[in-house]
Amino acid sequence: MASVATDYTNQVVYTDEVADFSPEIVEEMRAHLVKYPADRKRSALIPLLFVVQRERGYIDNEGVNFLAKFLDLEVTDVWETATFYSMFNMRPVGKYHIQVCKTLSCRILGEPEITGHICDRLGIKPGETTEDGLFTVTRVECLGSCGTAPMMQIGFDYHEDLTIEKVDRLLDTLKAGK
Amino acid sequence: MEIKAIGCEPLQLKMMHVKDGHTLKVYEDHGGYKSLKKAMNMSSDDIINEVKASALRGRGGAGFPTGMKWSFVPRDSPKPKYIVCNADESEPGTFKDRYLLERDPHALIEGMLIGAFALGVETCYIYYRGEYNYLIDIMDKAIEEARAANLVGRNILGTDFSCEIYTHTGAGAYICGEETALLSSLEGFRGHPRMKPPFPAIEGVYACPTVVNNVETLTSVPQIIEMGGIAWRDLGTEKSGGTKLWSVSGHVKKPGVYELPMGYSDMEKFIMEDCGGMLRDDKKLKAVIPGGSSVYIMNADQIIGKNVTLDYEGLVEGGSMVGSGGFIVMDETVDVVDSTKNLTEFYRHESCGWCTPCREGTDWLVKIFNRVADGGGRPEDAQLLLDICDNIEGKSFCPLGDAAAWPIQSAVKRFPEDFKKHLFQNTGI
Ligand SMILES: Cc1cc2nc3c(=O)[nH]c(=O)nc-3n(C[C@H](O)[C@H](O)[C@H](O)COP(=O)(O)O)c2cc1C
Ligand code: SF4
Ligand code: FES
Repeated sequence: MASVATDYTNQVVYTDEVADFSPEIVEEMRAHLVKYPADRKRSALIPLLFVVQRERGYIDNEGVNFLAKFLDLEVTDVWETATFYSMFNMRPVGKYHIQVCKTLSCRILGEPEITGHICDRLGIKPGETTEDGLFTVTRVECLGSCGTAPMMQIGFDYHEDLTIEKVDRLLDTLKAGK
Repeated sequence: MEIKAIGCEPLQLKMMHVKDGHTLKVYEDHGGYKSLKKAMNMSSDDIINEVKASALRGRGGAGFPTGMKWSFVPRDSPKPKYIVCNADESEPGTFKDRYLLERDPHALIEGMLIGAFALGVETCYIYYRGEYNYLIDIMDKAIEEARAANLVGRNILGTDFSCEIYTHTGAGAYICGEETALLSSLEGFRGHPRMKPPFPAIEGVYACPTVVNNVETLTSVPQIIEMGGIAWRDLGTEKSGGTKLWSVSGHVKKPGVYELPMGYSDMEKFIMEDCGGMLRDDKKLKAVIPGGSSVYIMNADQIIGKNVTLDYEGLVEGGSMVGSGGFIVMDETVDVVDSTKNLTEFYRHESCGWCTPCREGTDWLVKIFNRVADGGGRPEDAQLLLDICDNIEGKSFCPLGDAAAWPIQSAVKRFPEDFKKHLFQNTGI
């Protein structure tokens, strides 16, 4: 029997269930291990957390339990690392994670208008996800694309030299593709 | 966006506009891997001496002499040795490494291999910021091409030199650009910096001797071996050798990545002519942060007519630093209180939380900036900000604390009018 802990609202806050990944995914994970000395498997933790996030949508309890077993770590070791890095989502995000750069070069070239426009169109505030689960908007720090500011990343894709029209076209395409 | 060399032949940028320049074949057609072959017929000492003679200084921000760093690695270490390339590039205003990694991956492979040959390294890692995911695919392909050509892996070019190169990803943390935090992260831990000494050259990744170098530092190495250290140095100045990349963003007509000889004269011409001048002709230059966000902000009076040369010494004399070479240009529409608040939010977000002055200090700084932005500024706030900076600068565990203090200290001093406007608004003065 799995051991499960719940909080006072009966939300599951901890389970020792372990996620199940297909043999292909396990193979993909194993391929990362060859890069590091055999007694330093923990080095693969960040790359593998990305695999978990891709497969499960976010860093979930079962995925963390899997990585702990896979890398011979404590579950707390995995959480400790995962919670440090801003690219790991501890909660589900929309299918399209819109990350608008808010740092200086983007800010002075129109980031506030871009973010405002995206949020208006989607009817959400930064940090929120649309009800249909399609979009999450986050304001993030400099993405190394200041020469083509303002800019944003959707998933891993860079979208640069943004204008309101360009943003509209992008959102239309993404919505149509659902 | 522009990518071009000014005042010199493109060296760093040689492959930027060459079709398929990222492929092995085209790279070799342009003389690629010749330097590696040349280096493999040199002794370790000769290679290190060429790098020393070149006066190459680390392009990651700290400007430490590369040849000297390499010479700190113990020769007869019983432990394996490592080279780790710092491709974390997260300093606001900095985006030069991105284009090197995108369009010239083999130059980095070649630079790492030359270093590995000289230092007896058999494993190299390239640590990418997590957001640069697409660049990892490009590099993985380049490494596979190089492996197929026997340039990476066992018995390189039929010799007994063997070296593996692996890509590794971070996951969104500016602090992991700091070399010891990077090593913690590479080992799978939170990105907290480590105490120095021991320096990475003695105890780096896995407690083994490790050289950590920036992308642009390593891509300069093949050029140095090809031309000879002295000839490369003479492209720049005696103390700041060679050419260097500058990322330019903000209110200019032609933002981009520019390669300039060290000692380029001067900063005003660079912004006003080479970068096309101000984005809007009717707006005047107000401020420039020349070295990524972690250096002193300069006002127009420190630039216009001041003949500030672009090299390590020139920018210090001019009142700032080279840092990562990221120019953020601001015109008169920018409120420096707002821009400083923006950068302080960055440092608060990126503070790793390890030490109290930086973790708590950056939080208080943002709280004060928020109150000021909401119209609650008080005349004593300028001093309050400076007092908090005083308690962070030099009292934090790693240089991120100083980096958070410098923009504020310089902004208060150099843009008093902007601060007065916000802080005295409730006093009627
Ligand atoms: C907070 C902080 C962030 C840094 N970020 C980077 C970075 O993104 N890229 C980089 O190459 N160096 C960065 N550095 C500098 C590195 O600590 C280190 O000096 C550099 O990688 C050494 O390589 P180099 O000598 O070739 O410059 C950073 C330093 C600090 C303190
Ligand atoms: S100065 Fe800031 S970033 Fe550096 S160790 Fe302290 S808390 Fe972490
Ligand atoms: S400031 Fe937006 S990408 Fe650098």
